[in-house]
Amino acid sequence: MTTATESLPPPTSTTGPIAWVRERLFSSPLNAILTILSVWLLLMSLPPFIEWALIKANFTAATSQECRAGGGACWAFIGVKYRLMLFGLYPYDEQWRPLLATIILIAMIIVSTIPRFWTVILLPIWVGGLILVSVLMWGGILGLKYVEDTLWGGLPLTLILSTFGIAIAFPFGVALALGRRSKMPAIKTLCVLYIELIRGVPLISMLFMSSVMLPLFLPEGFSIDKLLRAQIAIILFAAAYLAEVVRGGLQAIPKGQYEGADSLGLSYGQKMGFIILPQALKVVIPPLVSLFIAVFKDTSLVVIIGIYDLMQSTKVALTDPAWRGFSIEAYIFVSMIYFVFCYSMSKYSQNLEKRLATGHKR
Amino acid sequence: MVAQIIELQSVNKWYGEFHVLRNINLSVKKGERIVVCGPSGSGKSTMIRCINRLEEHQKGHIIVDGTELTNDLKNIDAIRREVGMVFQHFNLFPHLTVLENLTIGPIWVLKKPKAEAEATAMKYLNRVRIPEQASKYPGQLSGGQQQRVAIARSLCMNPKIMLFDEPTSALDPEMVKEVLDVMVGLAEEGGMTMICVTHEMGFARKVADRVIFMDRGEIIEQNTPEEFFSNPQNERTQLFLSQILH
Repeated sequence: MTTATESLPPPTSTTGPIAWVRERLFSSPLNAILTILSVWLLLMSLPPFIEWALIKANFTAATSQECRAGGGACWAFIGVKYRLMLFGLYPYDEQWRPLLATIILIAMIIVSTIPRFWTVILLPIWVGGLILVSVLMWGGILGLKYVEDTLWGGLPLTLILSTFGIAIAFPFGVALALGRRSKMPAIKTLCVLYIELIRGVPLISMLFMSSVMLPLFLPEGFSIDKLLRAQIAIILFAAAYLAEVVRGGLQAIPKGQYEGADSLGLSYGQKMGFIILPQALKVVIPPLVSLFIAVFKDTSLVVIIGIYDLMQSTKVALTDPAWRGFSIEAYIFVSMIYFVFCYSMSKYSQNLEKRLATGHKR
Repeated sequence: MVAQIIELQSVNKWYGEFHVLRNINLSVKKGERIVVCGPSGSGKSTMIRCINRLEEHQKGHIIVDGTELTNDLKNIDAIRREVGMVFQHFNLFPHLTVLENLTIGPIWVLKKPKAEAEATAMKYLNRVRIPEQASKYPGQLSGGQQQRVAIARSLCMNPKIMLFDEPTSALDPEMVKEVLDVMVGLAEEGGMTMICVTHEMGFARKVADRVIFMDRGEIIEQNTPEEFFSNPQNERTQLFLSQILH
């Protein structure tokens, strides 16, 4: 019997750091120019930014004059105003309540991302969490002072609008996607109409409609809360886009999967729920998460109907005459908050994709 | 009278304007093993796919185990429970493990307890000789192994009838035998009604009770394997056989 030829290590010129630099950074004249240009840009922009943001920055000043004197960033402004930015016009002494609500919301989201909890247990967690958050935010019972939701603002409001916007729009969007692929003409037409109508209208105009026009159609004396109307508008809007993303996933599933499920005698619900949707949703994780990120950021459009989300309460913080002119610091601070949330979503989706990979080829 | 488990009476089907099945009449006895062959595009796959309503026939009657296939979803579900199908491209569910592929039907359609379904699944995995792959995903198996899993998946539903739609056509040559062996074993055990669309003439000779030749949507000729191969009547059959038996 002969043994197979031994496998040899690859030639050294194709591995190691020097080869990497040559291959990735200087493989062609154009590539070399781009590399040098990028390094030059970094050298030009990074040191001045670090000097402004860290070296010359003031973290402790008590007044705006003192803060400005150093010529660097004035992070003391954030220290003075962060509560207004994070919680908006919510009564100052009660702001532990929105803080706790925010923590509960974030905890709920984190728990929901862990596959071990992907069972019916999520239902009581979410119902319980929703009740807790409502009690904390509104109050009026358990000795908590009642706080009208027109006073809600900042981060908790942004989180509430986007979390429930996504959580409710998701099943709604999946149903629309299935409806659009239905063989029943009435259902199909209805879903197509809905999706195309909503997608044809900007979110801002939907928010306007929900806040200005909807009350005109409702019977007199009957009114829906402004915040709830904004939330509904966001859900309706997100669902239409979700439906199209999910439909893309459904179309990527080969016909054989439907036939395999049919030949076993699975019902429509079982076929979709166990076979088709799990695969279809897996395919569309990247666009799905992009959409979630977009919804999260789009909630800032509620300013248009006078709701004080994170963005708008930051603007309010900037109007204090004693602390004028620190908008760069303020917006960097808010951007960092948005970034942390969006980047977490993006990272999580990458993990999810890896975890759900089962090495299927076709 | 011998029970006819499948009856096709003047079945016709069109794809748009294309007349794909022309007046098909076929009776299959309980326990009978039938091989269907014919050139590609002759309607063989379409015919057997009509039997479990993956395709809809437009004229004629199809009666499976006493139940006629109509638009009534109840009848379709009842027939699909009796009829197992093995596909050319396996159609395993790639996001489920082999064991989950085998138990999803029994658990949700036959309402069996999970432990019982898993025991049955392991029994059939043993029978197709890959019990050690139970916790793998289909994408990690070879084509031959996937097809054997697909056969086991159908058997787990305890069907009276098994349909095979070119089960070896998508396989690499060295894997054809392992799948055919499983099918021969199933046929020799007896009791199962089998209809196989295949070009494996060795398989047809070995196990078929009857060979059916289809061309251009019609059944041209049917006979016992001995007669069919040694003494084909129709010239189209002769031409086909001369092309595949070299």
